[in-house]
Amino acid sequence: MNGMMMTPVFLWTDIMIWVLFVLIVIGVRQIIKDPHKRNQWRSVFASRTSMVSILVLVMYFMIALIDSVHFKVDSSTETSNHKELVSVLDIGLEHLILNSERTYSAPFALQEYSSSVVYNEQGQVQQVYLPLKNVAKHIDMDPNLVAYDVLSQVAWAFMGTLGVLIFISIIHGYFYFKSLAENTVAVKEKSLPWGTAYVTLFIITLVSFSLYSLSFDYHVLGTNKVGEDVLYQSLKSIRTGVLIGGLTTVVMLPLALVLGISAGYFKGWIDDIIQYTYTTLNSIPGVLLIAAAVLVMQSIMSNHADWFGSTEERADMRLLFLIFILGMTSWTGLCRLLRAETLKISQIEYVTAAKAFGLKPFSIIRRHIFPNLMHLVLIALVLDFSGLVLAEAVLSYVGVGVDPTMPSWGNMINQARLEMAREPMVWWSLLSAFVFMFVLVLAANLFADRVQWVLNPRSKK
Amino acid sequence: MSESTVLSVKNLVLNIEENRLIDDISFEIKAAEIFALVGESGSGKSLTSLAIMRLLPEVINVNSGSIVLQDQNLFKVPEYQMQKVRGKQVAMIFQEPMTSLNPVMKVGDQVAEVLKLHLGLKNRAAKDKVVSLFEEVGIPDSATRYDWYPHQLSGGQKQRVMIAMALACEPDLLIADEPTTALDVTIQAQVLELLKSIRDQRGLSILFITHDMGVVYEMADTVAVMKKGKIVEQAEKQKFFNEASHPYTKQLLEDAVPKQSLKPQIDSTKLLEIDDLKVHFPIKKGLFQRTVGMVKAVDGVSLMIEKGQTLALVGESGSGKSTIGQAILKLVNTTEGKVSYVSDENEVNLTNLSQNQMKPLRKKIQVIFQDPFSALNPRMTISEIIREGIVSLKVGSQNRKDQDNRIDELLTQVGIEPSFKHRYPHEFSGGQRQRIGVARALAVEPELIICDEPTSALDVTVRAQVLKLLEDLQKQYQLSYLFITHDLSIIPTIAHKVAVLQNGKVVEQGTVEEIMHNPQQDYTKQLLSSAPELIRKVMFA
Repeated sequence: MNGMMMTPVFLWTDIMIWVLFVLIVIGVRQIIKDPHKRNQWRSVFASRTSMVSILVLVMYFMIALIDSVHFKVDSSTETSNHKELVSVLDIGLEHLILNSERTYSAPFALQEYSSSVVYNEQGQVQQVYLPLKNVAKHIDMDPNLVAYDVLSQVAWAFMGTLGVLIFISIIHGYFYFKSLAENTVAVKEKSLPWGTAYVTLFIITLVSFSLYSLSFDYHVLGTNKVGEDVLYQSLKSIRTGVLIGGLTTVVMLPLALVLGISAGYFKGWIDDIIQYTYTTLNSIPGVLLIAAAVLVMQSIMSNHADWFGSTEERADMRLLFLIFILGMTSWTGLCRLLRAETLKISQIEYVTAAKAFGLKPFSIIRRHIFPNLMHLVLIALVLDFSGLVLAEAVLSYVGVGVDPTMPSWGNMINQARLEMAREPMVWWSLLSAFVFMFVLVLAANLFADRVQWVLNPRSKK
Repeated sequence: MSESTVLSVKNLVLNIEENRLIDDISFEIKAAEIFALVGESGSGKSLTSLAIMRLLPEVINVNSGSIVLQDQNLFKVPEYQMQKVRGKQVAMIFQEPMTSLNPVMKVGDQVAEVLKLHLGLKNRAAKDKVVSLFEEVGIPDSATRYDWYPHQLSGGQKQRVMIAMALACEPDLLIADEPTTALDVTIQAQVLELLKSIRDQRGLSILFITHDMGVVYEMADTVAVMKKGKIVEQAEKQKFFNEASHPYTKQLLEDAVPKQSLKPQIDSTKLLEIDDLKVHFPIKKGLFQRTVGMVKAVDGVSLMIEKGQTLALVGESGSGKSTIGQAILKLVNTTEGKVSYVSDENEVNLTNLSQNQMKPLRKKIQVIFQDPFSALNPRMTISEIIREGIVSLKVGSQNRKDQDNRIDELLTQVGIEPSFKHRYPHEFSGGQRQRIGVARALAVEPELIICDEPTSALDVTVRAQVLKLLEDLQKQYQLSYLFITHDLSIIPTIAHKVAVLQNGKVVEQGTVEEIMHNPQQDYTKQLLSSAPELIRKVMFA
C-alpha cells in the first residue's frame, strides 16, 4: 500500500469507541484522585485472577482501538487490495490480507486441505494436494524444516519479549523508587500481585510476538473457504465483540439510570408509567424484537444503497443499529434494579436530612442517591459485557446479527456450521472463534466476579 | 458440680485469629434460676450464648474452656447428637421476632414441626399440644391463631409464638437473647411477666441476655456484667444493685437510671404551635390506584413548644409521633390543621408554604435521627456532610475557608477531633456518628431541633453522653427540642413538658411533674406502670 492516497475516515462506531475510551480514562482519573475509591479498586486488583483478567481485557480493548482508526484508500491505484477502508490494524497485518490462498488449509500446513483434480503432462487426471502459494518460502517449503523453523521463530520472540519486559520493569522501577523517595504513599496501601502481572504480560507478549512473526511464513490458524487467513479474521472480530459488549452498555446506561432513578425517587404516576413500559418491553421476546428491527433495517438499507459510501460503512451502520437495538432491549434489568435500590435509599435518613436542608430533588439524586448506586451500575456493566459478546455470536448465528461481510466470531461460527459437516472436518475456524471469544468472556467474567465482590456492600470480607 | 446446676461454663476463651473475643469467663446457672448476662454492644454476651448452642460462626474458634450442660460436656458431643441438645435441652429466643419466624408458614405448623421432630408426635397430637402451648403463653383464641401467618400477628404475639416454640420440648435451659428490645414498653412488661411465670411453673433455667438494667432488675436472680469479653462483676441481684463494686458496673447503673433533676418551669415565648394537625395517608388499591381508605397516622394533634424548652413526645410504635415531626418539616403533606412557627416575631403557617417559601425557614428547624448508621451518607466525608446545609441554606459565610473553620468549630463543640473531618462515616462509632448528626443540624444555626428517638439505638453510657451534649447546647443557644421517644426513663432528664400520644391522638399533656406523678388518663398510667421497676423506683421517689 505504499505511495497510496490515504484519507482518514470516521465511522460512527469508531467515534463511539473512542468516546468510551475517553470516558474510561476520565473514570480512572477520578478513582485515582479519591483515596476511598482508590483503595477499593486496589483491592479489586489485589486478586491474582482479576490482575490477569484486566491485562487480557486491556489487550483486547487495545486491538479494538487500533482497529478503529480508519483510512480511505484510493482504490484506483491499488489492484491486489479490494478493500476500500483500511484500519491501522489492517496496515500492520497487510501481509495477512495479501497472502491469501485458494481455499481451505490447516494450521501450519504447506498444502491445501483437500485434493484437487489436475491434468498432468500426459493429460491424465490426478488427485493431488496443491502446495500453498504463500507459505514457508524461505525454507523452500521443506516439511522437515517446519518444526525447527517454528521453534527458532518462537525463540526469537522469546528474546524480544524478554527485552520488552525488562524495559517495562525499568520504567516501573523508576516510578516505584520515585514514589518511595518522595514518600507520596502516606498510608500503607494493599500490595498488588506484580509477579502475576509480569507473568501474564510475558505470556501475552510472547504469544503476540510469536504469532506475528510466524504469520509472515505460515497460516498459523489456517485459512477459510475462500483462502483468507483465519488469524486475521479472528483478530478483526475482536473489534466487533468489544464494540457490542462495550457500546451497548453505554447506550442502555443513560436510559436505565434516568428511568430507574426517576421511578424510584418520584414514585406516583412517573413510577407507574416507567414500570408499565419496562414490563411491556420485557414480555416481548428479545430475539423477536431484534430480528424484526434488523429485518426492517435491512430492507431500508437495500432500498437506499446510495446512503453509504462503501460496504464497510454499510456494515458499520448495521452494527451500530444492532448495538442500539440490543441497548433498547437490555436496559430493563438494570432499570428495575436501580428503581428498587432508589426506593430503598430515598427512605434512608440521610436523604430526609438533605430534604430538611431544602436541597432540590436533582441535588439529592446527584449527591446522595447516585453515589450510592454506583456499585450496582459498575457491577451490571461488567457482568453484561460478557453476556452481550455471547449474544452477538448467537444473533449472527441465527442470521440477524452483524452484516455477513463484517468479521465477527458469530459469523465465523455460522460458517463453521457447514465446515463441521465436511469430511474431513474443517475445525480451525470454529476453534479459533471459540478460543478468542472464550478468553475475552472468561476474563470479563472473572473480573466482574471480583468487582462484584469488592463493591457489593453485602459481600462478606 | 452440685446437684442443682444446669449449666456450667468454665474458663471459656473464644478467638478470631489472634483477637480474643471472649476472655476466660466462668459462670454457673442453677435450676429455676434466671441468670442475666448484661453488657453493651460488642461485649461478647451474644457470642457466649452462641457458644452454648454450638452455633458459632466458623471463623471463631474455641481456644479453651468447657461448657457442661447436665453433666454433658457440649464441646465433646458429636454434631448429630448436638441436634438433639438444641431444642430439646437448650432452646433459644431471639431479639427480632419478625425475622425469627418463617413468613410463609403458619405459626402453628412452625411450632408443631419442632414437636414432630424432637418428640415424634403425630399430626393430631402435635396440633393439640401446640394449642395448649399457645394458651400457656397467653395467645388468645389459640385454636384459630394456629392457622395464622406471622404477618397477621403483632410483635408481642410473635414473641409469644417464639416462646411457645422454645418451650415445646420442655428444655432445661432457655436462652433469651434480648427478647424484649424490639418491643414497646407495655408489651415488654407482659412478655417479661410471662417468662417469669413460666419459670415458676416449669422450674426452667433462663439465661437472660440484655443491655437494659431495668429489665435485669425486674427479672434476674443473679447478674453478671460483661465488658470486652470479660465478666467484670458477678453477684446475686440484691447485692448487685446495692453494693456494686466495679467502677464499670457503677457507671452502667448510674447511666441506666438518668438523673432525676426536674427542669425548672420557666415561662417563655411561643416558638411553634400545632393546632388540630391531621395527617392521613390514602390506602390505594387496584389498577387505577383508587383511594379505598385512609390511615389516620396523626388525627387532630395540638401541641406547643416554647423557646429554649423541650417537649417530649411519648408514644408506642405506630402512635404517629415520628409523622408529627415530618409534618413540621413538611416532609409529609398535612391533611388538615395548622403548624404555626414564630419567626422574627411573625407567625407563619408552615402548612400553606410552598417548598420554595419554606426554604428560608428550613434553617430554623432541623432534625436528628434515630439510627446513627443510616443518618449519614456513607459516600461523603464528615466535612462534606456538615457543609451541605451551610451551602444549601446559605447560612453564614459562603467562603470555603470560613466554612472550614466553622466545621472545625462545630466538630469541637460536639466532641469530635476536627482533624477527623476528612474521614468517612464508617470510621466512627455509633455515638460519634450521632454527634456528627448533631453537628450537621447545628451547622445551620437552628432554633428548633426535632430529635427523632436520637438515643434509642445507643448503649446507656453513650446515651448519657449524647443527652448531656443536647442539654449543654440547649443552655448555650436557647435551643428548643421536640424530643420524640418511647423511652420513659429519660424524660425527667431532658423534658420540660410531655405529651403522650396514642393512635395519632394526644392522650394527655402537661409538665413532667404532672404527667409523671399525677397521670390522669388510663393509658398514661398503664404506660408508666409498664416501665421497669428500677426506673419507677427513682421516678416516683
